[in-house]
Amino acid sequence: MEHGVGAAGARATARRSWWRQPLAWYQVAVALAGTVWLVFAFYPVFYILITSLRSQQGYLMGIPWLPSAHPTFENYATVFQTGFAHYFLNSVIVSVCTVALIVACSLLLAYVVVQTQNRFVRLVFNVFLVGLSLPIQAAIIPVYVLVTNVIHLYDTLIGLILPSVAFGLPLTILILVNFIRDIPRELYESMYLDGATDFILLRHLVVPLSRSALISVSIYDFVQAWNNFLFPLVLTQSDASRVLPLAITNFQGQYTMNVPAIMAFVILSALPLILAYAFGRQYLLRGMLAGFSK
Amino acid sequence: MQNTSAMNGQRWLMMVPAVLFFLVFALIPMLVAVYYSFLNWNGLSTPQWVGFANWQTVFASGEAWHAIRLTIEIMVLSWVMQTPLSLLIGVFLAGDQKYRAVYGVFYFTPLLFSSVAVGVTWSYILNPNFGLLDALLKATGLGTGNENWLGEPSTALIVVAAIISWQFIPFHSLLYHSGARQIPESLYEAARIDGAGPVRMFFSITLPQLKYTFITSTVLILTGSLTYFDLIYVLTGGGPGDATLILPMDMYKQAFLNENIGVGSVMAVILAVAGVALSILLLRLSRFNRMESQLEGM
Repeated sequence: MEHGVGAAGARATARRSWWRQPLAWYQVAVALAGTVWLVFAFYPVFYILITSLRSQQGYLMGIPWLPSAHPTFENYATVFQTGFAHYFLNSVIVSVCTVALIVACSLLLAYVVVQTQNRFVRLVFNVFLVGLSLPIQAAIIPVYVLVTNVIHLYDTLIGLILPSVAFGLPLTILILVNFIRDIPRELYESMYLDGATDFILLRHLVVPLSRSALISVSIYDFVQAWNNFLFPLVLTQSDASRVLPLAITNFQGQYTMNVPAIMAFVILSALPLILAYAFGRQYLLRGMLAGFSK
Repeated sequence: MQNTSAMNGQRWLMMVPAVLFFLVFALIPMLVAVYYSFLNWNGLSTPQWVGFANWQTVFASGEAWHAIRLTIEIMVLSWVMQTPLSLLIGVFLAGDQKYRAVYGVFYFTPLLFSSVAVGVTWSYILNPNFGLLDALLKATGLGTGNENWLGEPSTALIVVAAIISWQFIPFHSLLYHSGARQIPESLYEAARIDGAGPVRMFFSITLPQLKYTFITSTVLILTGSLTYFDLIYVLTGGGPGDATLILPMDMYKQAFLNENIGVGSVMAVILAVAGVALSILLLRLSRFNRMESQLEGM
């Protein structure tokens, strides 16, 4: 208790002292460098926003680096008139199904990996670890042939979901295994002695205790699925099954010179992440780091 | 009495979905890619077994070496551009002053956009006719305003690497930020008592303590470099000429645009071998597979 107060107190003094002391040269230099980076990192994002709020005339005539004096939402209307809602819905369906399948399959496998010492299970886990480094691109040609000629799901959302699940598994399994391993063995054993089956253990022990990992990894997988471009590019074709990343390039092809409308499309395509950032920044950032933060 | 760690039918069954997905949509395709690399096939015709002909062609013509060289170049460029900056930004953000946290909110915003969105945006910023950058350079007198940033073969790859860095530095600074937050404050206090200045503390405390973050970040940048496809597809399509035709882009172009599945598959196999070899090497060097999930620093 006392220790906690002491630490908090020390932190508070540390925070207070920096403005009481005269500013050291390095603090000024650091703040300056930080500000320069602020411009580099954020200005392009700001540019997307201000350009999306410009009229097309304003874009061609106005000063490009300043916000328009007469902001307009007409570009957002244009984007919605070109079937944006439909692409958005497709992206939601694909991403949500992909994440649900990845997390469900990974959880089951991770549980078995943690529970047993079986050599074959070890081997399977190691294969997934190697799979961590297989670039999606390396398998795309056979995946294309498989989806098109063998299971006949070319240009469907399911045909997009299935391979996306496969490539999301390795990292998700690794993260869940690392997390589930930290659950004390005694907890399993005592529940097991009470007659609990594996599914009861999963539902009442593993899932509740690994909730934070499950949330993080779901967010990570969602971002990956939402932004995936290669699979839609190769595995879909028609308007009916188009998802957002592909819709952006398609829209760009049709409205090449209407940059404000394209920027509005860019903003809208990132809407779930922008909202998540606005309302749950810590969750989103933690999810994006997945298990990489050590 | 039953052993909790024994395998049973139910447990085998629990492994089936993940294993099946991975086998059918990842592992078997990977092996099939090796088989395809020995075929002369456009996807529709009857495939013809041609042995090592495709392999000989791509290596004899220099196409494969060119793609491999560009891939290594972009790997090195990404690492050099991203690592020092991400490290400094991460440490900067871990500092106590309030304004740094506020800056952080803005620093991470590029993370919200997909590679395609980033590529489309930068292609307009860098547009030689009406792009923002040329307009800015012209207005400030720093340039002629006619610079074709992505159209110049000698610099296109560097510009692409810079855009990749803009997109991913936020992620890596997030990693370093999280790592730096976990360094015990007591280390700095002890150093301060010994009279160490901020520069000294950075080099003798912060840097050594960020060793594992450094390894993780490096592994991710190097293996990630093999997969830069989306951004290059949108920005240059591999061009001008073949100036940015890195392995995955070359694979796509051969297989899906030239309909030469055999040659495309050669590129795919090179890519897969590079990916696995690189990560086995890095795993060995860093024991990355013993990574634990520690998220307390967030």
